[in-house]
Amino acid sequence: MGIRTLAVAAMGVALTLAVHGDAAAAESVKYKVVDESSIPKSLTGKPGDPKKGRALAINRKKGNCLACHVMPIPEQPFHGNIGTDLNGVGSRYSEGELRLRVVDPKVVNPDTIMPAFYKTAGLHRVLKKWQGKTIIGAQDVEDIIAYLKTLK
Amino acid sequence: MGKRHLGAGLAVGALLAASLAVPAGADDGIRSGYSYMTPETKGMQDDDFQNPGMIWVDDGEKLWNTVDGKAGKACATCHKDAATSMKGVATVYPKYDPKIKKVKNIEWQVNNCRTERMQAKPWKYESGQLLAMTVYIRHQSRGMPMNVSVDGDAIPFFQAGEKFYNQRRGLLDMACKHCHADNAGKNARANLLSQGQTNGFPVYRLKWQKAGSTHRRFRGCNKQVRATPYKAGSDEYMNLELYVAWRGRGLPVETPAVRN
Ligand code: HEC
Ligand code: HEC
Ligand code: HEC
Repeated sequence: MGIRTLAVAAMGVALTLAVHGDAAAAESVKYKVVDESSIPKSLTGKPGDPKKGRALAINRKKGNCLACHVMPIPEQPFHGNIGTDLNGVGSRYSEGELRLRVVDPKVVNPDTIMPAFYKTAGLHRVLKKWQGKTIIGAQDVEDIIAYLKTLK
Repeated sequence: MGKRHLGAGLAVGALLAASLAVPAGADDGIRSGYSYMTPETKGMQDDDFQNPGMIWVDDGEKLWNTVDGKAGKACATCHKDAATSMKGVATVYPKYDPKIKKVKNIEWQVNNCRTERMQAKPWKYESGQLLAMTVYIRHQSRGMPMNVSVDGDAIPFFQAGEKFYNQRRGLLDMACKHCHADNAGKNARANLLSQGQTNGFPVYRLKWQKAGSTHRRFRGCNKQVRATPYKAGSDEYMNLELYVAWRGRGLPVETPAVRN
């Protein structure tokens, strides 16, 4: 909510806005959404590891991207079909656009089922043990982006 | 009592006759969870000798006839034969009760009869007894179309349930509608998403290896998006149960259904 309100408020005024996670999140990293379509800057400044990113996409407790997306991960038997096929997604989007779609896809589509993987603000009745936490860490985001970029 | 139940039975009977002309719910695309099950699971539900939920029906019948509480009564003392007195009851629950000015479900009504009419202790939510009795009562309406009332005094409760259904929650920030309305029929990894209907509840769930209530399911669906669930029997879940029952209007009661 907070982020969306902010985004709406910023529309037509300045197209660059700063969005930050809850201060309670231990690894909260500030990031900038540009033109409501992209987060060009790395969250950590450290290059992502595509191998780790691939593993995170499979991991049910982390990315679990396979819950909703078909991906070129043939050793995993069940791929969800709620979202788009991610084959070739690395050529469809820039790195910054991919980062926004993982960090907070609701900026692009407010009604999406896809979770915001790096956001703590505006959530409702989060289980105690997850309060103030993001689904994955900042470096995890970078690893996943590095992996998505390989999907040409 | 007799008159009251006869009246309700007739009204529901008329509805049943009216809706038999059209296959229940089929026209609006309303689908039972049954239609998403594998042939094996369907077969298990269809055959009373194989259906593991039938044990709860048998247990419920025993409890129906068992005297309990200081008043020295059984359910059967007042309600006689459940096949007659409880027929059609499940189709209109949850329903608004003017005495409590809230929506009640079958579980609530069973416990109300226990405390108020039998001077017996209420059964715990999700206890074997309350599940068995709820299964038994709902089973008396098997095949009859769900037909809850959502007008008049029920309106605010229905609206609260609808709001709950559409509200995002938990760390995964999803509403019921994201899975069961927007994406029913799609796969979430190995799970085929259904419309999340309640016409088969309490269901025998293979994963649980036992029967479970609607509210247990709601709790599970809340927790899987990492949201704090409400208590079984809470007002929030009563309202939600009313809304979800309305979504399934026209679907046949299947209790005890078998689900993965
Ligand atoms: C609960 C389902 C769900 C999960 C889990 C999920 N997504 Fe998505 N994703 C979607 C849907 C649905 C879309 C389609 C666009 C929309 O709804 O806005 C989408 C769109 C995308 C897009 C844009 C694709 C395009 O072609 O436009 C990317 C990139 C993406 N997801 C990456 C991921 C990654 C990486 C993960 C795991 C970290 C992930 N998604 C997890 C549902 C999901
Ligand atoms: C002393 C008589 C009495 C006993 C014993 C009794 N009930 Fe009731 N029951 C009633 C009355 C009277 C009602 C009408 C609603 C009300 O005012 O509570 C009722 C209503 C109900 C209803 C709702 C029916 C409808 O059409 O909405 C159910 C279900 C029910 N009872 C189940 C039970 C069960 C299960 C037991 C045993 C655990 C039981 N009752 C024991 C008197 C009794
Ligand atoms: C992340 C997706 C997801 C969300 C969100 C979700 N559920 Fe479910 N639900 C499931 C899955 C998976 C199942 C088991 C397969 C099926 O029936 O869809 C299920 C099953 C059910 C069932 C049992 C259906 C049957 O036929 O036995 C009900 C009822 C239900 N959900 C209600 C709800 C309600 C109410 C909410 C909101 C509080 C909710 N669900 C939110 C994924 C979800």
